[in-house]
Amino acid sequence: MTHVLATGAVNPVPARSQMGSSLGFHIILACFGVAFAAVTMTAEWIGIKRDDPVAMLLARRWSKVMAVLVAVGAVSGTVLSYEMGLLWPGLMGRYGAAIGLPFSLEGIFFFLEAIFVGVYLYGWRRLSPWAHWWTGMPIVVSGILGAISVVAANSWMNSPAGYTLTNGKISSVDPVSVFFNASTPYEATHMILAAYMVCGFVVAGVYAVGLLRGRRDRYHRLGFGVPFTIAGIAAPLQVMMGDVIARFVAHNQPVKFAAMEYVSNTTSDAAEWLGGIFINGHVYFGTSIPAFDSILVGFNPHTKVIGWDSVPVSQRPPLVTLIHLSFDLMVGIGVLLFVLAAWQGWWWWFHRRILMTAWFLVPAALSGVLAVTAMEAGWVVTEVGRQPWIVYKVLLVSQAVTPSGGVTVTLSVILVLYAILTVASIGIPMVMSRRWRREGPAEEDAEQVPYGPSSAPVSAGAGPAEPRGRAGRAERS
Amino acid sequence: MNPSPETIAVAAILFVVLAAYALFGGADFGGGIWDLVAGGPERGADARELIDESITPVWEANHVWLVFILVLLWTAFPPAFAAIMTALFIPLSLSLLGIVLRGVGFAFRHTARRLRVQQLTGATFASSSLITPFFMGTVVGAVATGQVPVHPTGNVLAAWTSATSIMTGLLFVAACAYVSAVFLVLEARQRGRRELVRYFALRATAAGAVTGGLAGATFAELSATSPYVFHRLTGIALPLVAISIAAGIAVLGMLWLRWYHPLILRATAAVAVATVVWGWGLAQYPYLFPTTLTLPSGSAPSASLDAEFVVAGLAVVLVVPGFALLYYLQQRGLLTESESDADVRVAAHLNAAAPAPAAVAERQPVGARIGVAAVLTALAVRAIRNVFTPRTRRG
Repeated sequence: MTHVLATGAVNPVPARSQMGSSLGFHIILACFGVAFAAVTMTAEWIGIKRDDPVAMLLARRWSKVMAVLVAVGAVSGTVLSYEMGLLWPGLMGRYGAAIGLPFSLEGIFFFLEAIFVGVYLYGWRRLSPWAHWWTGMPIVVSGILGAISVVAANSWMNSPAGYTLTNGKISSVDPVSVFFNASTPYEATHMILAAYMVCGFVVAGVYAVGLLRGRRDRYHRLGFGVPFTIAGIAAPLQVMMGDVIARFVAHNQPVKFAAMEYVSNTTSDAAEWLGGIFINGHVYFGTSIPAFDSILVGFNPHTKVIGWDSVPVSQRPPLVTLIHLSFDLMVGIGVLLFVLAAWQGWWWWFHRRILMTAWFLVPAALSGVLAVTAMEAGWVVTEVGRQPWIVYKVLLVSQAVTPSGGVTVTLSVILVLYAILTVASIGIPMVMSRRWRREGPAEEDAEQVPYGPSSAPVSAGAGPAEPRGRAGRAERS
Repeated sequence: MNPSPETIAVAAILFVVLAAYALFGGADFGGGIWDLVAGGPERGADARELIDESITPVWEANHVWLVFILVLLWTAFPPAFAAIMTALFIPLSLSLLGIVLRGVGFAFRHTARRLRVQQLTGATFASSSLITPFFMGTVVGAVATGQVPVHPTGNVLAAWTSATSIMTGLLFVAACAYVSAVFLVLEARQRGRRELVRYFALRATAAGAVTGGLAGATFAELSATSPYVFHRLTGIALPLVAISIAAGIAVLGMLWLRWYHPLILRATAAVAVATVVWGWGLAQYPYLFPTTLTLPSGSAPSASLDAEFVVAGLAVVLVVPGFALLYYLQQRGLLTESESDADVRVAAHLNAAAPAPAAVAERQPVGARIGVAAVLTALAVRAIRNVFTPRTRRG
């Protein structure tokens, strides 16, 4: 099954960098695609159920931000689809019949999401409140199912299954085994929880800044509380899940795990390294806990942990220091966010209030950035940790990369474009929030958004003007 | 070896999706093209506003057809996908650049409040609507002329820079503009903007004529560059080609007569585009790349194809109703679009609302128009006959 380990003539680094930067950019927006609808709908639900105009205002504003992020996300997602072929024809040509299947399902869910995003974002004014709320439900469901599908494709690259090769060509495929390969349940759960954490903490972080600046009205408390609760529920689940997944990786992809934990030689009583830089067989600046890695893997100090010496040098991942530090960063942030959520949870349980101390609000304001960092670090671990394989133990990156020239050009273009897009994706919501604040809540309906709900009802054909501003909202709710 | 029924079925699905993208995505690209040529900020304001209103809520859903095409191609026909992506790296990258710039320009144009920035982002949106269909067209041209090698070792410049490919690119641009203008006529009519109905009807007619001309020219080119496809286009696929031409002429006729039936006009324009796409598919059969890569040797194992079939079934069950709902709500005016101008204008617009019921009073010159239409039809029939009478070819 293993191909000849000949390094291709083409240097895969530009292609790998392009894929990495495209994925790293898109995944943040994808988080909002998966989870933002749920956050917005929670606020809308509170708004309708309790007849709460503040919650309603938040929901409407969030849906406007969602419009921007979803639009950019749709574009950056398309870039990834193209890149699967443009950069990795060797992968798609050989294994497209297998890895393409989860992507096909993802296509359906992407479609549903796009359709109902259209309805949800533009239906605020003309649909009845509950009808409008329900049009958001397909976005939540297809966001989750779409995430499972697309992560299943990535999982397949880590745990290829469900196909048979004859003379190097796929001769039969078992779609169910492809989709539910060994890694899918772990990776998919991990990613969906991560999406809810990223989205929840980022949105909560924005309002934490407001709270820190002394805007402690109900608008800001609710704007902080709703997303923080959602992310806070995901955080402990994520910590538990992460622990389970690490053990799974230790069994399923021992070399990746060895790089994550600096296990150079297969050994029992393996030490757990916190931090540290790996140079020539030594770890500098790190703290080690003796035998703790073995305990984490097998609940026993004598558990044997496989090191990267188990495979030839050519099959070991590069940049072990990057992999290890990314892993530590992800775990560290995950635990920190869990502690933050637990603290607020405790306070809420006994005091029914949001913590207003700067000791809590400053880290809470940074929690969004932290969550994004942790997620990116996690993707670095799983993607760099799989190197030099594109499909684990089946196909090398160098065999999959395109022989076409010009990747360096497209890489530069992508980097420039994504830099602009990043600035815009952060800048536009900031500009919008400044306008909201300046113009006051009554002006909220007059806001301009790329794909947002309308500022004014331009009725198709006829019909008198509808009441605007506060009156319009009151009428709705 | 004949293609298995599954292969044929999945290839048919692929062409249905291709037609859908050509139609829905093409109309959106066409909107961008009309935006580009709408003139200065003041002169083009009304047209741009209409384009904006009709594209905004549906743009994203229409875009997903493209993702579907990619996914179907790489799952069902992996070798063909890999070969196309390798050999045509450059035009595909350029079309992708167009897609990115278009989305970005479209999105940011609305938030930009200063006219200068608005113009810049608007120009980005509009010009990228031009380059994306053009380069996609060159890709299709390269595939149809069989110039994509089965095992390319790098870029194949000649494949997409041939005269046929370039002309296919231009044809795509013209076809997008044409479909879009037809749809915009109806959008304008529905909103009671009579001057815009006239405006886009004129442009639809012009674009239709250009599209027809380019199609004829590309067709003639094909006879030399892709004899296999040409042979089948004039053979088994001829009925589809004929339907397309007839539908195209019928649309022009309806526009001439100012008979703007929302359903019939749309459907006829749709038929004109879809039958061309299907004609191309039928003409290529049984090849993925004419005469070098056949369907059986380029397709995935049957289980993958069956799975694609299931996916297509799911799409019919889930996506089609959703899509119908989206368009239903959009047509009913329940999805209110964002405004591209300042609030002041919004207010003014609202005051000016109470639009006259859609163009009903425009019926006087029907008799004269029917006469002209009859003459034109006769001319068209003669032209078609000339094109399709078997020519004696030397060599």
